[in-house]
Amino acid sequence: MKQRLLIVEPSELIIEGLKSILDGQIRFKVLEPEMGADQLDERLVATRPDIVLINPTLIGNISRLRGEHPMAVVALVYQYVEREVLKQYDAVVDIRASRAVIIETLAQASPGEVESANNNYELTKRETAVLVELAQGKTNKEIADALNVSVHTVISHRKNITRKTGIKSVAGLTVYAMLNNLIDENSLI
Amino acid sequence: MIKSRLFSSDSRLSDLITAHPSLLSLLSRLGISLGFGDRSIADVCEESGVDTAFFLLICNVYTFNNYVPSTAAILGTDMTGLVPYLEKSHKYYVEKRLPHIECHLDAIAQKLNARIGRVFISFFKEYKEDVETHFMHEERDVFPHIRGLMAGKRDATYSIGEFIDTHSDIEGKLDDLLNIVFKYLPPQVDDDNVLDVVDDILRLSEDLKKHTFIEEKIMVPLVKHLENAILKK
Repeated sequence: MKQRLLIVEPSELIIEGLKSILDGQIRFKVLEPEMGADQLDERLVATRPDIVLINPTLIGNISRLRGEHPMAVVALVYQYVEREVLKQYDAVVDIRASRAVIIETLAQASPGEVESANNNYELTKRETAVLVELAQGKTNKEIADALNVSVHTVISHRKNITRKTGIKSVAGLTVYAMLNNLIDENSLI
Repeated sequence: MIKSRLFSSDSRLSDLITAHPSLLSLLSRLGISLGFGDRSIADVCEESGVDTAFFLLICNVYTFNNYVPSTAAILGTDMTGLVPYLEKSHKYYVEKRLPHIECHLDAIAQKLNARIGRVFISFFKEYKEDVETHFMHEERDVFPHIRGLMAGKRDATYSIGEFIDTHSDIEGKLDDLLNIVFKYLPPQVDDDNVLDVVDDILRLSEDLKKHTFIEEKIMVPLVKHLENAILKK
């Protein structure tokens, strides 16, 4: 999976330079940059980047940025920054570094592939079973009882189904199930 | 920083549209007809009776994803055009965009096995009803409330807090539809209708996101301010 990179930097010149260096790199997807730290918290919640590349002069303490979502925070420096400040960061990118070094530093800092299973988009047998029950209009509790698993497990299967298919609503999943011949119309209520 | 890139009233309207053609679909909703020649944004707005600052605000929001107008900018702009604009947008979605999509989906469904086609179409019909109910609620409760506030009246039975609590997402199912159409339809339906409908859905989805943004980031702060101002009186 591509690492989603959020650049937080006030200089348009630097932003454009970084974008052109990272352009065409299949490892990264560069998100719409942020030019200040004012709305950073909301942006982080909304976009959930894997890597935040931020100019340390925009922000004092970075601990507030680290939420539940695993994320690498990388400092972007082009002037002297105290060592104590830089210690909080997962890595440091100096803008005077070469293209290759910048890319390598970011790649090393990234939290990495989440789990290899996440790259498999085929539904498992269990997920298919949950999908079939779901398409028949059953609630999480009913599905849990029918398949003899906990509600928690059903919810986690549902999350995986949505992640793999890109479809969130039950109505949409029903269409998906029919198109894949997992159910027929007679089993719909 | 973004401020320097925003549009200004002395640019030609035609330059704005050339740079951002997607704004063309906004013009009629904002009350501006085509045939504006080489006149400036300010001139065209004045001739059409549209507040220039309001026009620019909406165009900027549609064009720049990161642009969130400040409360000061919202309160400093004549917002009488907001409710009519939102109403016209609702009409545009319900009477123009959705039927357009439906037409393509009907053609696609013809090529599907009959029972699958039925479920496919009913999925879209359900979505359409969701959208219509969503809009109807706003037109029945929220817009009259705003019109009242702008006229200096406060209706104690409704407050924008209710809108904030209940405002639901209307783009989610559209994304589902998009995934179904371009990933999961059987290869035998691969034709121009599929490509056209994917284009239409993407456009509508983008437009609805901006519409929701305008309601949540412009309309809500404005109404909160109006409600407070009247309470203080």
